[in-house]
Amino acid sequence: MTRILANRARVWLLGGLMAAAFVLSAPFATPAKAQSGDPIKVGFSMALTGALAGGGQQALLGIQLWAEDVNKSGGLLGRPVELVFYDDQTNPKNVPGIYSKLLDVDKVDLLLSGYGTNLAAPAMPIAIEREMVLMGLFAMDINTKWQYEKYFSILPAGPKPAEGFSQYWFDAVKQYNPKTIAVIAADAEFAQNLKKGAIVNAKKMGLDIVYEENYNPKTPDFTPIIRAANAKKPDLIYIASYPNGSTGLVRALAEVGTDAKAVGGGMVGLQFAGIMAGLGPMLNGILNYDFFVPEPTMNLYPGASELIGRYQAKVKAENLKVDALGYYLVPWSYANADVLGQAVKAVGSLDQDKIAEYIHNNEFTSVVGKIKFGDNGEWVQSRTIIVQYQGITNNDLDQFARAGTRKILAPADIKTGDLQSFNDLRK
Amino acid sequence: MATFIDLLLNALVVGILLGGFYAALSIGLSITFGLLDVVNIAHPTILILGAFVAFILNSQLGLDPILAGLIATPVFYGFGWVIYQLYYNSFEKSGETDSLRGLAFFFGLLFIIEVGLIIQFGVDHRLVEAPYIGDSANIVIGEEIDVAIPYRLLVAFVAALIATFAIQLYLTRTFFGRAVRAVAQDMMALRLMGVDPIKVKRIAFALGMATAGVGGALMIIVLPIEPSVGRLYIGNVFAIVVLGGLGSVKGTLYAAVIIGIAESIVATFFGPSWAPAVSFGILLLVLAVRPEGLFGKTAGAH
Repeated sequence: MTRILANRARVWLLGGLMAAAFVLSAPFATPAKAQSGDPIKVGFSMALTGALAGGGQQALLGIQLWAEDVNKSGGLLGRPVELVFYDDQTNPKNVPGIYSKLLDVDKVDLLLSGYGTNLAAPAMPIAIEREMVLMGLFAMDINTKWQYEKYFSILPAGPKPAEGFSQYWFDAVKQYNPKTIAVIAADAEFAQNLKKGAIVNAKKMGLDIVYEENYNPKTPDFTPIIRAANAKKPDLIYIASYPNGSTGLVRALAEVGTDAKAVGGGMVGLQFAGIMAGLGPMLNGILNYDFFVPEPTMNLYPGASELIGRYQAKVKAENLKVDALGYYLVPWSYANADVLGQAVKAVGSLDQDKIAEYIHNNEFTSVVGKIKFGDNGEWVQSRTIIVQYQGITNNDLDQFARAGTRKILAPADIKTGDLQSFNDLRK
Repeated sequence: MATFIDLLLNALVVGILLGGFYAALSIGLSITFGLLDVVNIAHPTILILGAFVAFILNSQLGLDPILAGLIATPVFYGFGWVIYQLYYNSFEKSGETDSLRGLAFFFGLLFIIEVGLIIQFGVDHRLVEAPYIGDSANIVIGEEIDVAIPYRLLVAFVAALIATFAIQLYLTRTFFGRAVRAVAQDMMALRLMGVDPIKVKRIAFALGMATAGVGGALMIIVLPIEPSVGRLYIGNVFAIVVLGGLGSVKGTLYAAVIIGIAESIVATFFGPSWAPAVSFGILLLVLAVRPEGLFGKTAGAH
């Protein structure tokens, strides 16, 4: 009897393990219908679990909304679109295997990258070897080393993304006539690229870099880092961080304080609904990058608000456990697939050389406005925006869906607020 | 010079508090792994489960996260009871005490809990609200020294201290606590004394698991939580338990404080990217000199 029980327990455990393994590794496919012929398969990895999943899940929904729209309007080349994707678990080590499988086993026709530099960069060697077009999603400056002519980046950071990303941040803080800066960055590809660009911009402004340190992503408490930076009395603190670090640094700034006039820069995660609501008033004064916020001047992206509305309605109706707002990634992941789709339609085939040539030579209009790629696959013009968190009094999520909590300070043509010093906004 | 003293004092204070936080995460493991020799690799993920319980009670009912953790403690005790019984029936009962099998069991448990959390809550980072998060007590000495004590770390430290003290008292001063230590030393002798070692182990394992209620609450007070974040801390909690000495609860606290201070000092004076290397370097050094850990019993003592 006891033996039977022990065996049952093992069977149960094995079942659980298999279920877990299935959930974690099974390919997901969006069914395609209504069109005739074999579907065109679009393959990608996505951070559906792990540290970047807060962004990855909304990015996926953006791509799914694109596939829905394409299939409704007759598909690509008269064939339905089918998405084939795997969870990379925010682990770059999983990415090469996923892309090999997508190409060799799933036989996908088109490739998109996963979300973020760390997950997009490992897909590059495979795309290059197979001569596939690769559309990068929020990947920071990954083509400088490769110079791959079939890589295109959906990251509005300009032709030199590492520098373009922080350019407007440095423009915005010029009014303080700063002399010194502290630079804090995560030990990760994205943050390191961003740091390099920020240092170039800082040197152009003649700033003295008084503190420059990297932190391990596992760091649980950031007060010693803020203390050490403060000891150098910087006028500015530029931070390039991932969600865990961003949250820890914002809390440490609330606890330790700083005399720096401007703090922030490249803090990923502060755009995610859950983190914004969780940090609430602690965000006041942070000066950070963003790509799309609900400010009135952001109507330069026709269709983006409508798309976000569809996303939010879908999340609510289907009770999806994803970012409730979707401002940060949905329009961009949609545009990433949309550019590729428009190019396929225009060239009338899946020939990767022709698709790449078309993308290089043409300007695209998508839900994030007009997009033109340069020779290195980056945007010819930066459209990163700089926002300052202002007037946040509680932890209510709805306030972040309205104008006013993230004022746009740069670029000047869509400005909705004026820069205030970090401490003035925290009184 | 004043700046140096200011930084040093702050680094020491934060290091001690951070050590308390690490101790709170590791103390359950020091019972299950240190005393019972059960390689519970799922411990950090069970802490995440505790963190989610604190999150729900905090966001839905407005309960203080620590209070939520205390409320959850009996539930985690029951959970530990069930898990040990399952582990016992699957492996120990038939004499299969091979630690690799146990590792596979708890690795499976880790995945099941993680996937369950993802299905139920999604993958977004979660934070809790409490008056002591984002604020600190400042002790000002003279004009240039200002020691900031972040309340969230202070809360974690005090909770860890109380938990360590209570568990240490329980293990050394009560009959049952001594039985737990006896089971770690010689199970056969305990059986000959007429005590059921499985019952003792089950309760001790459940006790270790029960600490995940408050430990998880402390985790979400200090860090943002998402279902997979526990994996990041597997190495740290095992390192602390081994450094403290297997089977020594107070050793776990001391080891955690040593690691906390080392990380804080290194982060302040030498750069934060060196902090993890230094803490694992300390572990290697200590193990080279004292393979049984700081407070562990030598093999001869068993």
